[in-house]
Amino acid sequence: MKGTASKLGLTVLLAVLVAAFLGILSVKVLPEAIPAGTRAPPRLGDLVFYAIAAMTVAGAAGVALSRNILRSAIGLLMALLGVGAIYVFLSADFLAVAQLLVYIGGVLVLILFAVMLTARIGDVNVSNQSFGLAGGLALFVAVTPVLLVVAALVPWPVHPDPSMAATTARIGNEFLSRWLLPFEVVSVVLLATLIGAVVIARKELKPDEPRESP
Amino acid sequence: MTHLTLTHFLVVGALLFALGLVTVSTRRNAVGVLMGVELILNGANVNLVAFDHYVVGGVSGHVFALFVIVLAAAEAAVGLAIVMTIFQSFRTIDVRIADTMRE
Repeated sequence: MKGTASKLGLTVLLAVLVAAFLGILSVKVLPEAIPAGTRAPPRLGDLVFYAIAAMTVAGAAGVALSRNILRSAIGLLMALLGVGAIYVFLSADFLAVAQLLVYIGGVLVLILFAVMLTARIGDVNVSNQSFGLAGGLALFVAVTPVLLVVAALVPWPVHPDPSMAATTARIGNEFLSRWLLPFEVVSVVLLATLIGAVVIARKELKPDEPRESP
Repeated sequence: MTHLTLTHFLVVGALLFALGLVTVSTRRNAVGVLMGVELILNGANVNLVAFDHYVVGGVSGHVFALFVIVLAAAEAAVGLAIVMTIFQSFRTIDVRIADTMRE
């Protein structure tokens, strides 16, 4: 299984590259962005965050680079799980659970069904070819530094001591007071989506044409 | 090493966004393109919640992120329905094949 081994090696290499990239970033850029007085030895929670962030980015890289659409789906699973865990670090408990329910329980299953209904399983190894990695790499190199420099060097007006508190009750109050109209509009949007998806995906039977025999 | 700051979360969001952009623009499989859209929306959501936690301090960012999640689910449902229709018409979901409207 030389192909599998080389793919595994490539994946490991990419993961190492991403980890090294994040390491360089945290060593070179962060000390400039953060005053020297706030430095401290790493806590366990920080290490867990780094592991989850690496899993998230590795999953996203798998979506972007894998040639097998099923592996892309597994990468998407890793990325979505990681984002849900990152929500926990940001004290967004309700959002983390919503991410699990909606994305992993809904969207990902829908995507897997679409993969299995559309790709011929025999060609699944070449089912996810790309237009060429050069353009993608150029795009990545063009976009990422801008975003990273903005993220690292802009002096955001950071709250000094962000609190970790339960948010579910507050989100419910906000939904039913300040954001009531968008909340109701979203329910109409979901209804329209439901009907629209059924209308688009059903097989059209014209009355003047004879029915196809299976 | 430093403790977790806003920048850590912004970096994760930026990488998710960039990789999603690469996925959208390089995949030939239409389902792969939809996966890239999901990555982009998740990157944006991470930024929203991080700014809410570290800068604003309320739950407005959470509410906005919940709206994004709902609309992403709706977009995935309609998008995959369109992909199924394209598969019925063209027998493939390669995004280069469905170019009937390109004149």
